[in-house]
Amino acid sequence: MLAFILKRLMQSLLVMFFVALIAFSMFQFVGDPVHQMVGIETTLEEREELREALGLNDPILVQFSRFVLDAVTFDFGISYQHKKPVADMILSRMPATLELAVFSALLALALGIPMGVYTGLRRNTLFAHVLMTVSLAGVSLPTFLIGILLIFVFAVMLGWLPSFGRGEVIDFGWWSTGLLTVAGLKALILPSITLGLFQMTLIMRLVRSEMLEVLRTDYIKFARARGLPEYVVNFRHALKNALIPVITVTGLQLGSIIAFAIITETVFQWPGMGLLFLQSIQTVDIPIMSAYLILIAFVVVAINLVVDILYYVIDPRLRATRNADPGA
Amino acid sequence: MYRRVVDSDLWFSFSRSPTVVVAAAVATIMMMAALFAPLIAPQDPFDLTSLSILDAHIPPAWMAADDHRFLLGSDDQGRDVLSAILYGSRISIGVGLASVALALVLGVSLGLLAGYVGGRLDALIMRTAEIQLSFPTILIALLLNGVMRSILPADLQDQLAIPVLIVAIGISGWVQYARTVRGTTLVEKNKEYVQAARLIGIHPLMIMLRHILPNTMGPVLVIATIHLAVAIITEATLSFLGVGVPPTEPSLGTLIRIGNDFLFSGEWWITMFPGAALAILVLAVNLLGDWLRDAFNPKLR
Repeated sequence: MLAFILKRLMQSLLVMFFVALIAFSMFQFVGDPVHQMVGIETTLEEREELREALGLNDPILVQFSRFVLDAVTFDFGISYQHKKPVADMILSRMPATLELAVFSALLALALGIPMGVYTGLRRNTLFAHVLMTVSLAGVSLPTFLIGILLIFVFAVMLGWLPSFGRGEVIDFGWWSTGLLTVAGLKALILPSITLGLFQMTLIMRLVRSEMLEVLRTDYIKFARARGLPEYVVNFRHALKNALIPVITVTGLQLGSIIAFAIITETVFQWPGMGLLFLQSIQTVDIPIMSAYLILIAFVVVAINLVVDILYYVIDPRLRATRNADPGA
Repeated sequence: MYRRVVDSDLWFSFSRSPTVVVAAAVATIMMMAALFAPLIAPQDPFDLTSLSILDAHIPPAWMAADDHRFLLGSDDQGRDVLSAILYGSRISIGVGLASVALALVLGVSLGLLAGYVGGRLDALIMRTAEIQLSFPTILIALLLNGVMRSILPADLQDQLAIPVLIVAIGISGWVQYARTVRGTTLVEKNKEYVQAARLIGIHPLMIMLRHILPNTMGPVLVIATIHLAVAIITEATLSFLGVGVPPTEPSLGTLIRIGNDFLFSGEWWITMFPGAALAILVLAVNLLGDWLRDAFNPKLR
């Protein structure tokens, strides 16, 4: 067990090292940082002073290790565009993204699991077929198109919900929440549906196939043979086992939810990290780009690690084979 | 040739499923329409002399009171929306196909090498694949696209936007191919025909290309079809976000982005019709991919 955790931990550190290397090399490839930071009237001597002060004349390895040490202490330098510390900018936008992401994930789970169970148990009914077809359409609709459709129907035509922004937010220290005001909650509805819809169809299909799989097993047949009521067999025996992979897949999907938040945040002008990242791409604001990359990588790697360990703990069957092929 | 096609298992399962036939028809029609856009489009949306600002903001033909020239309406510059969609899907499909081709060549070669050569090279390729796989495709494409664009000089950025986009989407998608091909290669390389080929001294490169490669093509075709849908969506998303195809040569994603600004004034057709075209195209390709996957899976027969 300890050996397994240590091995996975080492792998995660290796991934983070490579991501840091990529993030660092972006600074080397793209433009001269000094050029980005100074005005036109700065003299060559002043530029050279700044270069020395920033440590840009040091050997590349020294620069890289300084970059890594700074990143570990959550220091990502100063934004070229905004001339403010990148860490503060990201931190101030993190609550918006996290609230959106968590809310979407909950929505996807709350709707996806019952729909999956239904289509698994009553798979030949008309409604189940409708759900399956709609879910394929849901996969085919790009996120931004879903957002535009929702805005058109609920904001433009019906005028029920706001089409952009977070509504009213309340600050608790550095955390600003939109969950405590009516306007904030209303503003959350459309973006979280947009972001959660794809995950919902994914969870629904997963639960369905897991249910079908589990319902074929011997212990379910045995439970039926014992004369247990239908709902006990379906929900206590079958669903419980079908949900194990759902937990892990949802965990792994959290990273892609945060990535897809870039799109949703752009459609709804939601002031989160994703919107910041996109703007930084458009203005070639390398410090923000590299900080966002490192942060997302950290979230993804951490979740992967936790999910892997959870899997190992929950399902004893995997302990034998898991070590053989960690990538499968 | 004709009999071979009609008698095959694939044709049998194809002709038995009405959904798939419809999807194939829709996908073919849309690709043909895109290919022959200059011949069938009512107007050349890039020819600025044929546009008149007086024709701007005209609703679709069935809604317009007196002006029925524009079947699906016109946009803010008097461009016919239908023509813009035809020319736009040309770029969307073109970028999609090119990215798939790039990812396929890259992924299949790396997969073959990893599987056949093994050892350190295998570990290096597959570890890279694993790292890339833990990040969402769209994020990788966004990042690659952003970095490549910023390296280019400003005057070349618009000109090279499409090649850059293709490379970004292509590189972000190679992993699936490599993993599948590597798996098949590992199985095939221990079979007798490969051993025989090696024994008579055929060059390893030849063995990979002539003997192993053909046996990996079934699953690769399935992945390529599904990847095409993903690539089209990715291109549309990047263009919608404003970092893809420039507005001078709009793809479907760019059209949706441009039209999005007019949604609030009730001019829904400028964005909704390109959106519908994109959704239908992707759905048709997805349905084909789903069917191919099942048709190639002997367990489901």
